Amino acid sequence: MSYQVDSNGYYGTFGGAYVPEMLFPNVEELRQQYMDIIFEETFQEEFHQLLRDYVGRPTPLFFAQRLSDKYNTSIYLKREDLCHTGAHKINNTIGQIILAKRLNKKRIIAETGAGQHGVATATACALMGLECIVYMGEVDMARQKLNVERMRMMGAEVRPAKTGSRTLKDATNEALRDWINNPVDTHYIIGSVVGPHPYPDLVAKLQSVISEEIQMQLMEKVGSPDPDYVIACVGGGSNAAGAFYHYLDNPNVQLIAVEAAGKGVHSGYSAATTYLGKPGVLHGSKTLLMQTDDGQVVEPHSISAGLDYPGIGPMHAHLFDSGRGKFYSVTDEEAFKAAFMISRTEGIIPALETAHAFAVLDNIRFEPTDIVVINVSGRGDKDLQTYIQFKDEYIKD
Amino acid sequence: MSTSVVLSNRIIQLFENKKENILNIYFTAGFPHLEDTVPIIKSLAAAGVDLIEIGMPYSDPVADGPIIQESNMVALDNGMTVKKLLDQLKDIRKEVSVPILLMGYINPVLQYGIEAFVRDSSAIGIDGVILPDLPMEEYERHYKKLFEENNLSFIGLITPNTSEKRLATIDRLSTGFIYMVSTNSTTGNESKSTQAVDQYFQRIQASGLVNPRLIGFNIKDHTTFAHACSFAQGAIIGSAFIKMIRQSDNIHRDIPSFVKNIRG
Repeated sequence: MSYQVDSNGYYGTFGGAYVPEMLFPNVEELRQQYMDIIFEETFQEEFHQLLRDYVGRPTPLFFAQRLSDKYNTSIYLKREDLCHTGAHKINNTIGQIILAKRLNKKRIIAETGAGQHGVATATACALMGLECIVYMGEVDMARQKLNVERMRMMGAEVRPAKTGSRTLKDATNEALRDWINNPVDTHYIIGSVVGPHPYPDLVAKLQSVISEEIQMQLMEKVGSPDPDYVIACVGGGSNAAGAFYHYLDNPNVQLIAVEAAGKGVHSGYSAATTYLGKPGVLHGSKTLLMQTDDGQVVEPHSISAGLDYPGIGPMHAHLFDSGRGKFYSVTDEEAFKAAFMISRTEGIIPALETAHAFAVLDNIRFEPTDIVVINVSGRGDKDLQTYIQFKDEYIKD
Repeated sequence: MSTSVVLSNRIIQLFENKKENILNIYFTAGFPHLEDTVPIIKSLAAAGVDLIEIGMPYSDPVADGPIIQESNMVALDNGMTVKKLLDQLKDIRKEVSVPILLMGYINPVLQYGIEAFVRDSSAIGIDGVILPDLPMEEYERHYKKLFEENNLSFIGLITPNTSEKRLATIDRLSTGFIYMVSTNSTTGNESKSTQAVDQYFQRIQASGLVNPRLIGFNIKDHTTFAHACSFAQGAIIGSAFIKMIRQSDNIHRDIPSFVKNIRG
């Protein structure tokens, strides 16, 4: 079985390009050209030079001694939190901004939830001197004010999505509507492995630099490129896609995806899509989707805005469905506690999203000889307000 | 190349009998109130519209502007579902004979089950379906036969940016008419450059499509309706109608007057 996208844009039964005709030419232009462009030598040179000199890659693979002692195994941390702007999101925006320039696009749009992808897009646009418009739910703008100001400082216009629940899903709807209204001069930089084909594949390929580096770094450190486990959190799933990518077809490497259970999978306030979702279509792809029996999209909940999405990338839906990936879910409280644990054990304050990946360590029995890689997708500065707010509720010390 | 099956339903008959000034009115099912669907259909039929397009509300209507988005939200809050709508329409053919289309995003239809949806719609006398986010290729591969067997028209959309090659595909797969989206925009927007729009209308008019065409998006009054009708067999009005019924305190008075004003 292949875990890569097929020629029709599907991962198993998931994926495709379910877009209204108004978006067909935009998506088709990208589909026809993306492979040629991103595998072209000058693209690769420019991309890798910027990843090195601007983003700060390769990011370290750090052997976490105290954490390894605690779980009696060998745990390595892939430090995506050390990327410029503080998360893996910029790997994708740097790649897509070069792609947009080669497609002669003059205007960039993006959606953002917590603001990390918005900041990474605003950053790439400032770097290249392109107009940047970021759609963000009105609710998210209020709770992620600092990221709104970061985007504005770099010259981006942040437009509030005022419809629906006024969060990430609605920001994505507004970005798609903008693209319908501006089909010729605009490139839409989607921030995760979601959306119509070719976006899930495009974003996964641009993020695959993560697993490419893990292979080389592990080879250097332990003499084999393959760990026993790769662990990553999943909202839409871009950091997981990047961390899993070069291991997809290697059954010796267990792929662990961690979703946000919110207040608990049965609480009605959850974002555990593989657990609660059914096959459906949202934002252009067929995937697992949290929805009512009538097919209306259900509002998810997670303490971390980056995992607060009712769907999941079609690649992950296929990994789940085929059993290739193992999916766990972690509650707000468990993630919160893991964030404090890792801060005190290794001196790394993780993003709330990333904290979900750490929380799953309690649920898996590792062998002392296992090599475990955790993708530290982002740093926790943006979440300090939340950490302060809930500290008394969740942490007793 | 698949053989084309000739359907026989009210949409096909309409376009056989009427070649110009065809007026199609769109409204959202269950808006402004849950039980308004049937009264609005009757009122539109009595006012002499040629075709009625009923929107099935969806939580995430990406091709729609603010007015239709809001009507979708209100209808969902009122409790409208695909099942509820088909139930409301089950006796509609005892009362009205005007052709009826159902329009909606694919996900609620997928959850109902496409096969069941096509069969149930056909059984109550629906004549055609518009599913804007079902790709043409998927339709051809999986559902074309089903639609044909149930005598249900499948209406494809084209836009100013649709390529020649794709235009031919959409014309080949559409059965009934082609929905011409007037500009690159979501529904209910202001038109952009009239000259460019007219050039597109003329290009399509001269392209020799097999299907008749109705022009939709940004048609709102007599002037825009008459203008569209000079390039196609007719036009579709949605947002302007929704706006009117949203403000109306008496739809049985205001719907005929709205239709009369459009006809001019």
